[in-house]
Order: sequence, then structure tokens, then C-alpha cells
Amino acid sequence: MVRKHKVGLVALSGISLLAAATLADPGFAQDRPGPSGSNAEVADSGKQIFEEICQACHMPDAKGGGEAGARVPALAGNRNLANKDYPIIILLKGRGGMPWFTDILTKPQIAAVITYVRGHFNDYKDPVTVADIDRIGSTNPPVPDCNCGH
Amino acid sequence: MTDFPSPDFLAPPTRRQLLTMIGKVGGTAALYQAMTVLGHAAESQFNGPPKLSGARPGASVLVLGSGLAGMLAAYELTKAGYKVQILEFQGRTGGRNYSVRGGDTIAELGSTQTVGFAPGNYLNPGPWRIPYHHRTVLHYCKELGVELEHFAQLNHNAFVHHKDAYGGKPQRYRDLYVDYKGHVAELLAKSLNAGALDTAVTADDKAKLLEAMKDWGVLDKSMAYTKGVKVGEQRGWDRPPGGGVNGAPIPGDVGSLSDTLSTKVWQQIGFYTEHVMQTTMFQPKGGMDHIGKAFAAKVGSLVRLNTHVTKIAQDDKGVTASWTDTKTGATGETRADWLVCTIPATVLGQLDIQVSDKKKAAIRALPYGNSVKIGLEMKRRFWETDYAIYGGHSFTDQDISLISYPTGNWFGDGPAVILGAYPFGIGAYKLAGMTPEKRIAAALDQGSVFHPAEYKAEFRSGATVAWSRMPWILGCCATWTEESREAHYQDLVSMEGRIVLAGEHCSYYGCWQEGALLSSLDAISRLHQRASAA
Ligand SMILES: Cc1cc2nc3c(=O)[nH]c(=O)nc-3n(C[C@H](O)[C@H](O)[C@H](O)COP(=O)(O)OP(=O)(O)OC[C@H]3O[C@@H](n4cnc5c(N)ncnc54)[C@H](O)[C@@H]3O)c2cc1C
Ligand code: HEC
Repeated sequence: MVRKHKVGLVALSGISLLAAATLADPGFAQDRPGPSGSNAEVADSGKQIFEEICQACHMPDAKGGGEAGARVPALAGNRNLANKDYPIIILLKGRGGMPWFTDILTKPQIAAVITYVRGHFNDYKDPVTVADIDRIGSTNPPVPDCNCGH
Repeated sequence: MTDFPSPDFLAPPTRRQLLTMIGKVGGTAALYQAMTVLGHAAESQFNGPPKLSGARPGASVLVLGSGLAGMLAAYELTKAGYKVQILEFQGRTGGRNYSVRGGDTIAELGSTQTVGFAPGNYLNPGPWRIPYHHRTVLHYCKELGVELEHFAQLNHNAFVHHKDAYGGKPQRYRDLYVDYKGHVAELLAKSLNAGALDTAVTADDKAKLLEAMKDWGVLDKSMAYTKGVKVGEQRGWDRPPGGGVNGAPIPGDVGSLSDTLSTKVWQQIGFYTEHVMQTTMFQPKGGMDHIGKAFAAKVGSLVRLNTHVTKIAQDDKGVTASWTDTKTGATGETRADWLVCTIPATVLGQLDIQVSDKKKAAIRALPYGNSVKIGLEMKRRFWETDYAIYGGHSFTDQDISLISYPTGNWFGDGPAVILGAYPFGIGAYKLAGMTPEKRIAAALDQGSVFHPAEYKAEFRSGATVAWSRMPWILGCCATWTEESREAHYQDLVSMEGRIVLAGEHCSYYGCWQEGALLSSLDAISRLHQRASAA
């Protein structure tokens, strides 16, 4: 099933950084294509979401790319993902060149894609649920640092 | 106030006299303020190039990044007397000011393309248009001898496509625009005549509004929007006017209200109404990178290419940038008194930079949007010959977002390049995640909706850039929100010790070259002040 991206987006209390302007619609009169592409939709399965969104940067094999100091980190074989809160916080809040995805993905979609990335490219089989997303949304923990440069 | 310009102090000064007066008393800043209030010059914060002079003998500045912000900084600081060096990650100058031509290679994370365009053809993967009020960009184009030509922006004869409108058949923007205002005018006239707005408008205004709706909406005698010769004069014809026996034109049917609304054409109308999207629009003749090349002609000799900065340190004597030569693998350090850093925040956030935690947090709170461009070289200009479309954009709700027809060399023979995709957001992620070949195939599929017979048959070669896979930026442009501006903007742009940041991301003119240049001018003016005081 495919869903229009504007329906049921994550709205989190306690995270004021998740703001009106979105990465999909950068607002404030940037150069941009204009009012179109509005029917672009994201699928609901974790695998498809990975392919339609994440692999634009993390690459199809989830091994990332670039070099130290200008790198998209690998999601495959990534020990930071052992703790499921880590990727949840990153997807909700963004960090550096990693955008937040609250404006184009729903909570179930965020849960699905993290479950897929942790289970398929790593060996962390416990699923991430919408309840996990809500828990992070309400406790609003700080964004963890990374050593993405390495 | 000694030489008051008007001998007759009883007569109110003319506008020009007043401005001269204010200029003399308050300097250019006051003059600019006053002009803004009087309704002039509110278009740009540009007040002319900075007049920096008198750098301390031997004072040096290191500039990181040779995009427009970095090269402008180098250009003006050199003029002011500083010794300047630029370090640049890539093997070329210009940064996002970039054009690709036949024979060029495009190196993305995970792929390399060789562009196969015919001589003279190009794609601007990044910036492509310059609004008439981007005074800074226009000023330096003139100063550096960059030839500008018209960029066709609004084209009434191009298309709008929505899957859910008109059975998925693209409609001419002109027809939708005329239908839209016709229906809106008819409805407003109806409510006025029914007295529905009598408490909101005076009788006098009601009469004027009715007249306005009749003219604006091209309504008929009974104040309805219907097929007719008058509407045809705006909307075009089933049979256009001609000569002789069959000279009389035959108007076509108008679209229904529901069909018109389902195209959401008000969004296109709104888009073209934005200050930055209005005409007159310009482009450098032959490719946007002519601006970068013109700057490089002035400061190119100061640039060390293929130099990836990995660490930025400062102490009370100066700054040190550590780097790796991407060709030889050699490492090195460059020292200077002062530093202007124009490295995009996505990458800067991964470097070891000696600034306060507040500034680091600001850098790390700035993700970049994503965008993809796809150039499709066609064997001939069928959009001109077969569709009478000369420049401008056809919009779609598919992932590609739009196709845009080339300005320049109109009526030319031989191949020409259509911009076959320019999405942000979801459409851009989807396309960026594909290999370049698949991206080009998807653009051909989707764009065929506009020109089904020709699009694939006339295709010759393609080239594409996914900004999220450009190794030196990993994104398109900085994405600010009201909250992140509030929390971080001042921390990002403040000068700390000997380091100041500049570039598109350090401006309120996000994703425009104007923003990169204005930010650079502001940064070097503050740097010069501090260096002069030191
Ligand atoms: C798709 C798209 C469309 C756009 N459309 C328009 C438009 O129509 N009109 C318009 O005016 N503007 C447009 N813009 C915006 C415009 O391109 C930018 O605002 C402007 O070019 C930014 O200039 P800059 O100097 O700030 O940054 P850049 O040009 O990005 O310069 C930064 C430089 O730093 C270098 N660098 C990065 N990392 C390192 C490192 N570690 N060490 C050394 N060097 C490093 C980079 O290689 C680069 O050369 C568009 C941008 C994009 C991406
Ligand atoms: C526009 C490019 C882009 C896209 C799209 C993208 N990422 Fe990222 N991602 C990055 C970058 C760059 C980083 C490193 C950020 C930094 O410097 O801290 C990152 C970091 C991460 C991290 C943290 C890794 C670590 O070890 O610290 C996770 C988890 C992650 N991304 C998951 C995802 C998922 C899941 C998706 C798809 C929903 C996705 N990303 C889409 C660019 C992207």
C-alpha cells in the first residue's frame, strides 16, 4: 500500500526543532522547482523506504561513501545501531548532513525503515515500533555524537 | 546640513534632494534605509562593492573553499591589500556554480559519468537563473565581464500535468490560468450580485468589483465564464484567425470549474508571483559556470586545488588549516593571520574545527535539502518546432517535478538539452537513489507525458547530478527553520577569534548565489574591521 506523504506525519511534543519548514519544501523562496512533484509518495515497507529515500545517500548496499571528513556513514555493520534509540533520535532530529525525516515519513514508516536497516544490514532483530518512536518523542533525548568522519 | 540643497526652505524638498541630504548626514546605510522607506531599492541589501583598504602590511587571509563566496572574499581582500590563499577540495573552482559539457566527467559517490553532449551544449546542475533584483550577482557579472542573456521563466504555452486532472492529459498553462480566473471571477460576481458580500464591501466598491470581474475574468453579458471570442483572445483558438474566406477565428471550449481546480493551477500562479521567481530572469550565456570562471580569472592563481581540509585550528597568533592532497595523499598545513571558511555545513560538521561549542552546534544543526537535475540532450528542438514552446517550464506531479526548455540558440539546428528533472524532497530522494542510467531512463519515461511521440525517439544522451552524492557537499542547500534560525543563526555567522564563516548557508538568501555573495561581503567587512583594530 502506498500512502500520500502528507498524511499522518510525526508530530512530537517536546521537540520544537521539528519545525514548519521542511526539507521537501524548503520554503523561504529558495531556488526550487516550484509547486510540483506533489504526488511523490513513499511506500510503507522498510525495504522500499530504504530504497526510495535512504539509499540516495547511504547507497544501495548501505555501505555509505566518501572519505573521512566528508562521509556518508555506513549503516551496514554499524554498531551504533545496536541501541535502537540511536537511529530513532537521528531520524527524528537529523544531525549534520543527515536530514530529519519527520516531514516526509510517518511514525510507522520510520519504525519500519529502522527495523529493516537494523535487521537486514545488521543482526539486530528486535523490531522498532511506533511506541518506541513515541517514547523518544516524549523524552526528547539529546542528539548523540558520532565519529562519522572515520 | 550646510549645503542644504533647496534654496527655498519653505518648499518641501524633492525626493532626490531629500535623499542627498540623508546621504550626507547619515552615510550610505542611512541612505539605503531611507530609500527603502520611500519605496526604492528595497530589492537587495547590496550597497555596492565594499571599499576595504589599508590592510596591515603582510597581513594574510586563508580562504577555505573556492565557490562564489570564497572567490569573492579572495578578490575583495586582495584588492584591500591582504595576502590571500585559497584551499579547494575539488579539482575545479566554482563550487555549486557549475556547468557540465561534452567530455566532462561527473563523479558522484558510487558512479562516474562521462558527458556525451554535442559541442556548445551544457547542463547547469546547480544554479541556473538569476532574478533581476539579485544586485550583487548582477554587479559582479558586469564588473567581471560575464555576458548575461534572458532566461525564459514564465511561458504561457508550456504545460501543467496532474495525474488526477484531465485524465492525466497535460494542459497548457495559459488555458488553465484563463479558466481559473474566469471561474473565480464568475463566482465572485455571483456572490456580489446575490448580496452575499453587502456587509463586506461598500456599494461603490461593489460596482467597481463587478466591472473588474467582468474584465478580469472575461465574463459574458450574463456575467458567466463561457466559450466565446473574447475568451479566445486570451485562451487561444480551435481555429486561429487567418486571412480571406476562412479568416474568422473559432474559439475553443473552456474548462469546467472542477477540472480547473483539480490541476491546482493556483500553485503555479503563486510560484510565478514570488519575488525571486518573477521576470525579468537572467542566465550567463553558455553556462552558469562563466561566473565562477570570471572570478577564477582574477583569483585562480591563489587556489590550491585537490586540497581537502581536515582540521582548522587557531591561537592568538594565527590560524592553521591541515589538509590532505587528494591526488598525492600528501598532508600539509597552511598558516595565515585570519580565516574565511566557506565549506558547506554538511562537511564542515565532520571536521575538527577550533571554535566554541555554540558554533559547532550551529554547524551541526543544518541539514541540507536534496535535489537532482537530469539533462536530456535531444536530436532536435521538437518543443519549438512542433509545440511552439520557447523556454520556460512544464510542471508535473511526478517525481521529476518539471521539465524545462532551454533558453538560448532558439530556432537552432542540431541537438539541444532539455532539463528533464528538477525535484526536491521525495522525488529527488527516489531519483538520487538510482544509478545515473536508471535516473535518465525514469526521466525519459515520466517526461514523455508532455511530448509522447518525440521524447524517447529524439533522445541522444543524458547527464545527471544527484546533489546528495556530490562528495564535497553531500546535499543541495542549507535548510533552515524558524526555530533553527532563532537558536543558531547568530552563532553560525559570528566571528570567533580569527575565524569567520561565509557562504550560502550563512545568509537569509538560502540557495541563491546572491546569498553566498552577500554573506561573503559581510564576513570580510567584519574580518577587515577586526584585523585593522588588532
Ligand atoms: C540544485 C541547485 C539549484 C540552485 N539554483 C540556483 C539558482 O537558480 N540561482 C542562484 O543564484 N543560486 C542557485 N543555487 C544556489 C547556489 O548554487 C549557491 O547559493 C551558491 O553557489 C553557494 O556558493 P558558496 O560559495 O556558498 O558554496 P559552494 O559553491 O558550495 O562552495 C563551497 C566550496 O567548498 C569546497 N569544499 C568543501 N569541503 C571542503 C574541504 N574539506 N576543504 C576544502 N574545500 C572544501 C567545495 O568543493 C566548494 O568548492 C542552486 C543550488 C543548487 C544545488
Ligand atoms: C541526504 C543524504 C542522506 C539521506 C537521504 C539519509 N541519510 Fe542518514 N546520514 C547522512 C549523513 C551525511 C550522515 C552523517 C551525519 C553526520 O555528519 O553526523 C548520516 C547519518 C545517519 C545515521 C547515523 C550513523 C552513525 O553511525 O552515527 C543513521 C542511523 C542514518 N543516517 C540513517 C538513515 C536512514 C534510515 C535513512 C533513510 C530514511 C537515511 N539515513 C537517509 C545522509 C543521509
